[in-house]
Amino acid sequence: MHQSISDSPLPDTAATPKRSRRSGANWFVLSTLAALIVTLPVLGLALEALKGSSGLWAHLFSTILPVALVDTVILLAGVGLVTAIIGTTTAWLVTAYDFHGRRLLQWALLLPLAVPTYIIAYAYLDILHPIGSVQGAIRWLLGYESPRQFRLPDIRSMTGCILLLGFVLYPYVYIPTRAMFLTQSGNLVDAARTLGVSRRAVFWRVALPMARPAVAIGVALALMETLNDVGAAEFLGVRTMTVSIYTTWITRTDLPGASQIALALLLIVVALVGLERWARRKQRYATDARRSRGFRPQKLAPLKGLLFFTIGFLPILLGFVAPAIYLATEAWKRYRFAGLSPRIFDEALNTIVIASIATVATILLGLVVAYAARIRPGRQSAALLRLASMGYAAPGTVVAIGVLIVLAGLDRFIDRTALDWFGVSTGLLFMGSGAAVVYALTVRFLAISAGGIEAGLSRIPQSLDHASRSLGQTVSGTFRHVHLPLSKTAISAAALLVFVDCVKELPATLLLRPLNVETFATHLYGEAARGTYEEASIAALAIVVISILPVILLSRVGQRDASGSREDVQMVKI
Amino acid sequence: MSMPPAPAVRLEHIGRTFGDTAAVNDVSLDISAGEVVSLVGHSGCGKSTLLRIIAGVETRDSGSVSLAGTVVDGDKGFVEPERRNVGFVFQDYALFPHLSVCDNILFGLKNRSRREASAILSDVLKRIGIEHLKHRFPHTLSGGEQQRVALARALAPNPSVILLDEPFSNLDQGLRERVRDETLSVLRASGTTVIMVTHDPEEALSSGDRVVLMRAGEIVQAGKPRDLYCRPASAYAAEFFGAFNKIPGTWRNGLFETAIGSFDLPAGIGGQGAQTLYIRPQDIKISSDSGTYSAVIEERVFLGATEKVVLRVQGGREFLSAVLTERLPDDISNVRFSINANALLVF
Repeated sequence: MHQSISDSPLPDTAATPKRSRRSGANWFVLSTLAALIVTLPVLGLALEALKGSSGLWAHLFSTILPVALVDTVILLAGVGLVTAIIGTTTAWLVTAYDFHGRRLLQWALLLPLAVPTYIIAYAYLDILHPIGSVQGAIRWLLGYESPRQFRLPDIRSMTGCILLLGFVLYPYVYIPTRAMFLTQSGNLVDAARTLGVSRRAVFWRVALPMARPAVAIGVALALMETLNDVGAAEFLGVRTMTVSIYTTWITRTDLPGASQIALALLLIVVALVGLERWARRKQRYATDARRSRGFRPQKLAPLKGLLFFTIGFLPILLGFVAPAIYLATEAWKRYRFAGLSPRIFDEALNTIVIASIATVATILLGLVVAYAARIRPGRQSAALLRLASMGYAAPGTVVAIGVLIVLAGLDRFIDRTALDWFGVSTGLLFMGSGAAVVYALTVRFLAISAGGIEAGLSRIPQSLDHASRSLGQTVSGTFRHVHLPLSKTAISAAALLVFVDCVKELPATLLLRPLNVETFATHLYGEAARGTYEEASIAALAIVVISILPVILLSRVGQRDASGSREDVQMVKI
Repeated sequence: MSMPPAPAVRLEHIGRTFGDTAAVNDVSLDISAGEVVSLVGHSGCGKSTLLRIIAGVETRDSGSVSLAGTVVDGDKGFVEPERRNVGFVFQDYALFPHLSVCDNILFGLKNRSRREASAILSDVLKRIGIEHLKHRFPHTLSGGEQQRVALARALAPNPSVILLDEPFSNLDQGLRERVRDETLSVLRASGTTVIMVTHDPEEALSSGDRVVLMRAGEIVQAGKPRDLYCRPASAYAAEFFGAFNKIPGTWRNGLFETAIGSFDLPAGIGGQGAQTLYIRPQDIKISSDSGTYSAVIEERVFLGATEKVVLRVQGGREFLSAVLTERLPDDISNVRFSINANALLVF
């Protein structure tokens, strides 16, 4: 190669290059579009809520809201308390003490994440049925003959709902709190001990106060999940606001009414998001403050160790093992009795198709939003990223009502235009095709995809971008040749999380699916609502098995790096 | 009469602010083709920002950048970095971890035919002397090897200008000098225009045909290395490139009077009123018996090739640091010294 100074022309630069759009501008436009897609349902919701006459508001305030609000607040308070207690206790147990089975507990405590709220309610309704096997066994033990003589308190109650939700949602608290204990406590516990605090008192004097932000983050996430739930609350007879939205729309076809409740519910969500943000800031401060040293757990005597193991195993037993065994045996019985009906295969196909399309859409938008934020860092991109991630906190019903308003409006508009211009009615293009479900799932899970991809991209140093650009690649070329290959793992992990979430999702799918299209989740809901227990156990088992995948992923991340980074907490939003 | 050729790089009144701080403030500089310029200053002085503006991975707020007579960043337009034909060697080398050494080098040759690209590849590998590394992946390379690959990758597309951002700062002291000499000889042989950013004064002086000293986003002084060192225009420039003894004094009748004595300074240095005399430690000659002034040795630090000595001038309270190259007896405490007046500076 001959190098000289003269043969170094600047390619394609005439005397005055045009002030072209900076390359990468199209990414920015697409990112704006993505943010708009997510924001639209919320705007639609607000408009629709305002449309309702003032009389409607008055009606809402006097009849539905008081009951629903009181139930919702009691449920939130109860679930918050239960998850905080179980999550913090188990986290402390596996960090502060060393006993047989501790390593097993460390990851097995995540397992209840694989059981969606509506499935645990479904399972326990049958497990604890007055004439079911558990109560029967208790009666046999105690010598009673009929349920009239003795029965456990009805699971269909507020207390039952709080406990069941608590047993599947506590991992949201367990994960960040354990990470906080692991990274923080080492030095501080030693310092406290030298200052005369006993080993037992350390938990109350040092560890717990320090872990408060982590607990708060976890509780906020668990409560968002509680608000999202529609199945468990309904099966157990708790009239939450989420359930009210659903029934207001399904049984009364009152869209403005449903929007108004949804809007009120969003206010609670905003408060929870505020709590989470606040706690996260506190936590960042706490974790930035000092580099930590590992925590040395206390070795326990075998008998005491067994006791502690039992305590730690209890939430796993109640939140995962019992429902999983129940579902497996019921599914097996059903299979022996009737085989697999074609209906189950149809539903499997529907579930996979809907979840796959939604995952692809969500990942594509996530790539756009995350990469746009990388190539143009600044306030604008940060705002877009935040807007696009808005859906993660919004309950599925709220998103569904918003999407319903936007797409039904669009359908009406297209239908009328087609009728006016061509004399053809297009019918319900979006609502009838399942596009609405995909839209709602995308809105709801874009945060997982954008957050995961952003975290993956942030590990790639900026100098690689610059190197690629100075070596002749455009912004988009750099994305293809540098970022895509280097963030493959992060993207696949995000895709897995989104896919599983789509499979599990109930409320939005329930509200927006086209007529006669059933997924595993809606099938289960239908049978549980009717009180028939047929093939639902097979559908439920399928959902739980699929949901274990991200738990495995999460436990592996936890082993590699238990620093409780943003990414880990992001992954907690399974 | 023909027009002189356009400078390889022309910066005119470049300004760039981040928030409230001006990273680069009204910087103008011409760099001719084939010149090697070192851009030096403390961290945060704006030198790296300036380099990134030239490459186009950072934008300017005001002013304009021209490469070989073409405006690439100005009020009328912006040429994307991928079309500037500028090579960049990064401080962290920025090798693509998913690509082998070969593919890293080929990354910038995507517009060439396969045959041409592979010819360039083998030529560059040979010139930099890294043929044996070509199938390795970046994470298996040592720091020095990575640096060479980064250089090869930047050189492969035959850039008109090559920018080096602290390219040797991640290398060990011993290795650094060797790699630096090799790199510069390759670059000089290729005739490429080179702009190198460094915070190391010695590196700047030894590598550049011209040295540009920056401070707080502005150019303090630019010139030949020797001029910058011997004739610094300001106290800042003087102290950037070396340590000084500073003695307060006043001008009287063309002489600079201090507590040590009066000095007749070299032509071109003059002033009025109270100023400070700058004496380099190595310009103080110490001997056991001959010299203008007598002094007491207060402290000696043996450094191997040289020895640092702190003197107290006889009868005064002035302390002076000096560098000894000859050996003095261990137990000596009273010495004489003289000062090389030709090297003195006053600010």
